[in-house]
Amino acid sequence: MNFFAIRAIYKSEMNRTWRTLLQSVVSPVISTALYFIVFGAAMGSHMGPVNGVSYGAFIVPGLIMLSLLTQSITNASFGIYFPKFLGTIYEVLSAPISAFETVLAYVGAAATKAVFLGSIILITARCFVPFSIMHPFWMVAFLVLTAVTFSLFGFIVGVWANSFEKLNLVPMLIITPLTFLGGSFYSIRMLPPFWQHITLFNPVVYLISGFRWSFYGESEIAVKTSLAMTTLFMGLCMAIIFWIFRTGYRLKR
Amino acid sequence: MRSMNDTLSASPTGAQQEMAAVPAIAIRDIRKKYASGFEALAGIDLDVAPGEIFALLGPNGAGKTTLISIICGIVTASSGSVSANGYDTIRDYRMARKQIGLVPQELNIDSFETVWNTTCFSRGLFGKSPDPVYIEQLLRDLSLWEKRDNKLITLSGGMKRRVMIAKALSHQPRILFLDEPTAGVDVELRRDMWRMVRKLQSTGVTIILTTHYIEEAEEMADRIGVINNGRIILVEDKSKLMQKLGKTQLLLKIQHPLSILPAELSAWDLTLSDDGTELTYTYDSQADGTGIPTLIRELDSIGVEVRGLQTKQSSLEDIFVNLVRSSS
Repeated sequence: MNFFAIRAIYKSEMNRTWRTLLQSVVSPVISTALYFIVFGAAMGSHMGPVNGVSYGAFIVPGLIMLSLLTQSITNASFGIYFPKFLGTIYEVLSAPISAFETVLAYVGAAATKAVFLGSIILITARCFVPFSIMHPFWMVAFLVLTAVTFSLFGFIVGVWANSFEKLNLVPMLIITPLTFLGGSFYSIRMLPPFWQHITLFNPVVYLISGFRWSFYGESEIAVKTSLAMTTLFMGLCMAIIFWIFRTGYRLKR
Repeated sequence: MRSMNDTLSASPTGAQQEMAAVPAIAIRDIRKKYASGFEALAGIDLDVAPGEIFALLGPNGAGKTTLISIICGIVTASSGSVSANGYDTIRDYRMARKQIGLVPQELNIDSFETVWNTTCFSRGLFGKSPDPVYIEQLLRDLSLWEKRDNKLITLSGGMKRRVMIAKALSHQPRILFLDEPTAGVDVELRRDMWRMVRKLQSTGVTIILTTHYIEEAEEMADRIGVINNGRIILVEDKSKLMQKLGKTQLLLKIQHPLSILPAELSAWDLTLSDDGTELTYTYDSQADGTGIPTLIRELDSIGVEVRGLQTKQSSLEDIFVNLVRSSS
């Protein structure tokens, strides 16, 4: 195991976060704070409780998930796309480092950033709405599992993308809509029965549902199903990354 | 304080001594066909001896960079094998890659990193524990110490090239690849680089360089390989190559222009310039006799008056151009 290499990549990626502090941390915190002001404090005060939880508190897990998913994908995809774009990838490809170590370093750094950001948003949310966390261990577990899974997915996006446009395509056109339609701002029980079935094809539903359960002990979908679906998606991402390194897809000529 | 020399010239281990007979780089029937169908390498076999400076010459698109990229693990070969200091670059890729440092042709750098951070990053990437003393010496040797906290974006092209070298040497490789190292750099840096290459060689580092500057190969290399259309067309000791293929010419300036070459001189390898004022005699300088005194006597006997003489040794560039032309 090349620990020095893992540490070098991890450290370099984390340094990039601090170099771009405004873009990496401050801007998602501000946009999430705006969500809480609009949906939590302003509109939420006129809405009744959802599944026994005040609306302001109800949207907290969904909003954290929204940031967590977007940040995991963005950080991981930028992390691997940048060296490709700059040409500095030659160094990683020529270094005595295995595919597993490369992924561990890049995905580890992206997931760390995402968890860090998720925690900041959690604290920010607490400034706007009161809420409690019923299962803190599971809350952290869901946070980390989601961050790692979607950082793996982001890594795939970063390898696949050969332009900045494509890099932004997945978070903008796929993840944000899936998160909004995955029950961030509403309970899927509020949907008509037909749409309740359709929405089960959205993987984000399981993440938000499981995460919300860790807060309030109440979920629309069984926690085991949420965990199983997230793990399944993680396994799928790992399989794709394994294939990428085996074939050198868009990394090696 | 240790110097780069001290660090690189550490006593060889038993394993290294055992490997002395093993080529630093052994390439066996390497082929590369890109997805587009373009065959960049059509079966390369090459051995580079430990501690030598090997120059790989070839025109654009000959396959130089592809070959280096395959050895370093950046490009996947279609078939064939490569080993570095006896380690197969696929099976023992960790050990093989640890042996190698690469200075690529392009200035591929993270512009927002500092000189110090990017050099330490490279060392870590190659599995070496941090060694600030060595890195400091390396940066000093490359005149980068004063710029250590500067972001790369603020450096000149020449300084960026030095950073690329510092990165490649950060993990103390035993084999160094320099892909067009002096392309677009000023004379001072080129001389510095040549000095550095010699210094590294004196510590036992094997150096493989590709270049367009023939004089660079002529100045630096122990052996020369010429590659064209994905094939090695010649590998030869530089001095032997110069002897074998180098021709010497004698330019004879004549007093009264000639309209044609006199028939009496047809036995000689002579050409007459268009204006009829210069005769060029091509001969083998390594032969027992050059025939020059006889030629001059003969010219005198037929009334051709010589007013000046000049000899010209063909350069490596002439040899290279002739080789590539004949192989194409």
